[in-house]
Amino acid sequence: MEFVSQHPILVVSVIKIAIALFVVMTALAYLTWFERKVVARIQSRWGPYWVGPHGLLQPLADGIKFLFKEDVVPSSADRITYVLAPFLALALALTTLALIPIGPATISILGQKTQLVIAHSNIALILLFAISSLGIYGVALAGWSSNSKYPLMGGLRSSAQMISYEVSLTLSVVGVLLLAGSFDFYDIVGSQSGHWFHFIPKWQIIPQFFGFLCYLTAAIAETNRIPFDLPEAETELVAGFHTEYSSFKFAMFFMAEYANMITVSCLATLLFLGGWLSPFPDGWRWQLYLPAAGLILGGLALIIGGVKSWQWNAKVVFPVLGIICLGAGALCTLPGLLPVIQGPFWFMAKVFLLLFFYVWLRGTLPRFRYDQLMSFGWKFLLPLSLANLVVTSIVVMFVGARG
Amino acid sequence: MVPISYYVILSAVLFGLGVIGFVFKRNIITIFMAIELMLNAVNLAFVAFSTEFNQLDGLVFVFFVIVVAAAEVAVGLGIVIVIARNRKSLNVEDVNLLKF
Amino acid sequence: MSIPMALFIVCGALSIFGAIGLILAKEPVHSALSLILVMVALAVLYLLLGAAFIAAIQILVYAGAIMVLFVFVIMLLNAGEEVRTNLSRLARWVGLPLGIFFLAEMGYLLFHEYAGRTANAGTATGPVVASTTDLSMKLFTEYVLPFELTSILILIAVLGAMVLARKESQ
Repeated sequence: MEFVSQHPILVVSVIKIAIALFVVMTALAYLTWFERKVVARIQSRWGPYWVGPHGLLQPLADGIKFLFKEDVVPSSADRITYVLAPFLALALALTTLALIPIGPATISILGQKTQLVIAHSNIALILLFAISSLGIYGVALAGWSSNSKYPLMGGLRSSAQMISYEVSLTLSVVGVLLLAGSFDFYDIVGSQSGHWFHFIPKWQIIPQFFGFLCYLTAAIAETNRIPFDLPEAETELVAGFHTEYSSFKFAMFFMAEYANMITVSCLATLLFLGGWLSPFPDGWRWQLYLPAAGLILGGLALIIGGVKSWQWNAKVVFPVLGIICLGAGALCTLPGLLPVIQGPFWFMAKVFLLLFFYVWLRGTLPRFRYDQLMSFGWKFLLPLSLANLVVTSIVVMFVGARG
Repeated sequence: MVPISYYVILSAVLFGLGVIGFVFKRNIITIFMAIELMLNAVNLAFVAFSTEFNQLDGLVFVFFVIVVAAAEVAVGLGIVIVIARNRKSLNVEDVNLLKF
Repeated sequence: MSIPMALFIVCGALSIFGAIGLILAKEPVHSALSLILVMVALAVLYLLLGAAFIAAIQILVYAGAIMVLFVFVIMLLNAGEEVRTNLSRLARWVGLPLGIFFLAEMGYLLFHEYAGRTANAGTATGPVVASTTDLSMKLFTEYVLPFELTSILILIAVLGAMVLARKESQ
């Protein structure tokens, strides 16, 4: 206890990191479930259905499968780099989550007042881009160290794609920075507070619409998702840079890809969609009870759905989950928790919408060919983000930046 | 607090190791990387002194060193690619056509 | 042992291990990885010294772009294992001790010159000496000519790299 009182910041940071890791890893696992369900519904089929009620235990089954598979290392692979690459990819993908704040409130853990972010830095945005630019090494080293044709081609193509779209990614964000005036996420979200005409929220997506489109396209290319996932498509390059990886190392690449997706969605929410701010004007007091209302409605839907279902495990599990949701909803109406829960609720709702958009694109669009992809990145997206930057700077110079 | 002399000694050690790498290695690309190590050591000295005297000019200089290093690496690696294509080897002792 | 001192020792040791790894590695890719380790360790040291923006730029540009270029070229040129040559006897018996003696002398002189003066920055989470606003004010007012010249330099470098790496047209 003396250690706790002497180094309060360190202990509180460790607690926050533990909570964040737990939440993010669970979210990763259920993001895979969500993706498979949504893509399946787009394709008129059910998706995971049998492993647990409505396939809810599918991520657990996949995890156990990955852990128990045989770990094959190619004999001519470069051992150090081969083992290092997936660790590097996962570590970098998870590190960026330390910089992302989920709410403006100040809570107190163990008597120490802290903010809802693990590392509050006033250059958080550049640090985030710096760490995600190191993510290219995971892909390039994985492709090279496998010492085989398909991974090498896939790795080089994938990392070339990531480098090309990284330039457009960072340039499309500079417009937001010019309007907000700071690299700190709290200031950027703060510059989006308030409403025009009393009901249109001042989110950056409205003045920076083309910036948002550039950012979203570049982000999908950065994270190697459809429609930009040629380097790892099965029909093209036999799974690309992670062909020679098995069991847990492959699972780490998998998790790194989804963690990158979550990071990029969080960043888009913070920069363009107003972060933790609600779209309704502040005067409407009923919006404070939206989290509670949402949870209670969700709980009721789960109970009714569970009772009506014909799967025996769904009949048991869903009502229990529904009662837990009802309890959580009732907790959200407590006056102590009410102001704290607003920020994270809106933040997670927006991130969830963006992730749904990602999965929707995956189920709908075909792939780009590699040369189409590269020429799109360099010949269309980069000039568009540069033009966005120039126009924004001209407007800021003549009109003056918003506060 | 960490005394400034520690940072400068670390910078000197890194610079010395860079010189050793530059002199004793055979692969052109590794020699190039030793040059980058020397530049990084110098950057560390600049930042340390900029903090010591509380001036920002050191940091501006570091900014320019990084930019110039980027340009130099781009052109230098282009030259390395041409050498590898022509001499079919990355050993620096094979680039000896002008040897007396 | 305060936290800044512990952090300095850890990052200093990491950077020296990386530099030694650069020299002793047999494969060029391992040398590149060691150099990336050095750069990341140095970025943490810059953060300790209060230059947060420079630390971010170091990782973003140096470790995230320049070293990626190195790794790409090593992979494309398929640089194999380094040929082991024996150090000449002069280097091993005279050069190395002289080098170590020189380093020790420099360390002694620097230590006594700067004994007592400590770094002005606070702890790792303390007040930052260089805010981005001040740095960019200096960059765009006093140093605007070098800034514009480096932009021309980058343009020349891009053109040069493209011309050099192009296959000779038959």
